[in-house]
Amino acid sequence: MARVGAAIVLLAVIAAVIGPWVMPYDPAAQQLALRLDGPSPAHWFGLDELGRDIFARVLAGARISLLVGLVVVGVSSTIGVALGSIAGYFGGRVDEAISRLIDILLAFPGLLLAIALVAVLGPSLTNVVLALSLIGWVGYARLVRGQVLRARELEFVQAARALGATTPRVLVRHVIPSTLPAVTVQATLGMGAAILAEAALSFLGLGVQPPTPSWGTMLSYGRGHLLDAPHLTIFPGIAIALLVLGFNFLGDGLRDRLDPATQGGRT
Amino acid sequence: MVRFLVRRLALTIPVLLGVATLVFALIHLIPGDPAQAILGETAAEADVEALRRRLGLDRPLVEQYGVFLAGAARGDLGTSLRTEEPVAQAILTRLPATLELAAAAMLVAIGVAIPLGIIAAVGRGTFVDHLATTFALAGISLPNFWLGPLLAILFAVELGWLPVSGRGTPAHLVLPAISLGAALAAILARMTRASLLEELREPYVLAARARGASRTRAVLRHAFRNSLVPVVTLIGLQFGAVLTGAVITETIFAWPGIGRLLIQSIGFRDYPLVQGCILFIAVTYVGMNLLTDLVYGVLDPRIRYE
Repeated sequence: MARVGAAIVLLAVIAAVIGPWVMPYDPAAQQLALRLDGPSPAHWFGLDELGRDIFARVLAGARISLLVGLVVVGVSSTIGVALGSIAGYFGGRVDEAISRLIDILLAFPGLLLAIALVAVLGPSLTNVVLALSLIGWVGYARLVRGQVLRARELEFVQAARALGATTPRVLVRHVIPSTLPAVTVQATLGMGAAILAEAALSFLGLGVQPPTPSWGTMLSYGRGHLLDAPHLTIFPGIAIALLVLGFNFLGDGLRDRLDPATQGGRT
Repeated sequence: MVRFLVRRLALTIPVLLGVATLVFALIHLIPGDPAQAILGETAAEADVEALRRRLGLDRPLVEQYGVFLAGAARGDLGTSLRTEEPVAQAILTRLPATLELAAAAMLVAIGVAIPLGIIAAVGRGTFVDHLATTFALAGISLPNFWLGPLLAILFAVELGWLPVSGRGTPAHLVLPAISLGAALAAILARMTRASLLEELREPYVLAARARGASRTRAVLRHAFRNSLVPVVTLIGLQFGAVLTGAVITETIFAWPGIGRLLIQSIGFRDYPLVQGCILFIAVTYVGMNLLTDLVYGVLDPRIRYE
């Protein structure tokens, strides 16, 4: 399954990178005379309500989705790993403060908090990334805190301390690297979750704004044409589902290979 | 048990306070002057000033916070800017629709997930298991804002069996419930499989078989019953995901619940209503998690002494 996931993700990355170079159509170019036309040899996925080629827009949307996923995962994992390590390593009041903040943020269903933040900050790609990153770090912090609590008692960490290594060096060279397998799994699954959340926010009109092609926005417009042009809904949806499935397959496979905890309990 | 109850309740209070604080802070995160943002750039200064007074934004921040907390504790969440209706009343009017949808979605999820999880665990490693596992991962990956319209195209538009949107008859509930319940079904099926597989390895299952119990009886009467504790816990913990998912599902199917109210109020920049809906959903979520913890404590005494 991990291989299938990796293949899907690789295909999506290639499509997103080289797609705009090889596509004969501009994702923003309108052919109003052909609006809502179904799939044909010239336009594989058909055309949308403004006569734009849906295949070209799906490829352009892949760029947005992957970009959002990468930035959100990058920012939230950095914040999460830093705060989780500090909480787990130092303990005491610092841990108490960070843990209470985590508890409060976990008390919100993630997407609800993202909806709330984007509602007040205003709908835009930047605000979506900001909102998803502000929520996303919590999962990493909780995971890393637990891992660090275990790691700080390990012999090689205590040996490094006994040899006079400074606290930042112990953290960066010894403790944090031991958490990376679990963080990698979480980040892979987090890519899928971030892509799904961006699409959901865009679907609700709170994310990427037109004319920028986003899979969620495309689905939102497709809703108005369920009766006369279902292809507007079908193709962007397949793209989202496939890419998210790819990351989930990959994350599940990585977990089986990298995470000793699940290896032991594997059924 | 009483100590466990008190300790768990005491832990919930700071979380609730934090949730309320975050919701209170929302309106202050609006870039610039919130009153101006609500009314738009072209609004007259007098109108902006009046709205600022009405929202209490002209008072010191600490006083605003105190008034908000005291109001929230009494169930007074302010009034809607658009309809002048008390926010709490607007939410309560739509609550039955959301509860109906959430309950139906959970029924769909449990009805699909439990048999699927059992079949996958019993036939571990077989084609059926792989099929069930793939279905479960696919279910998690399928966005409900895609599944919903797809179901509508097939069952409402093409086949004409079910209504495409709205609320009224039980038929109206079918598509939204399936759309909302699919992801939960996938998660529950995975958990049921994993939990049952763990139990099936226990010696008491072998003992039951040795005493002459049939395979079905050993699985269903012995292993399955014991595997239910984490599954029931997950059902409780997933209630929040169902409530959030309802925001999208209600929007797709024009279901007149709290989720649709939230999205509509965002569109109208009706921030007291936005705050009220967010607070209500978050507090319900915290309450459900608390209830789940308490039930878990009852089912598994070890939890109470940790």
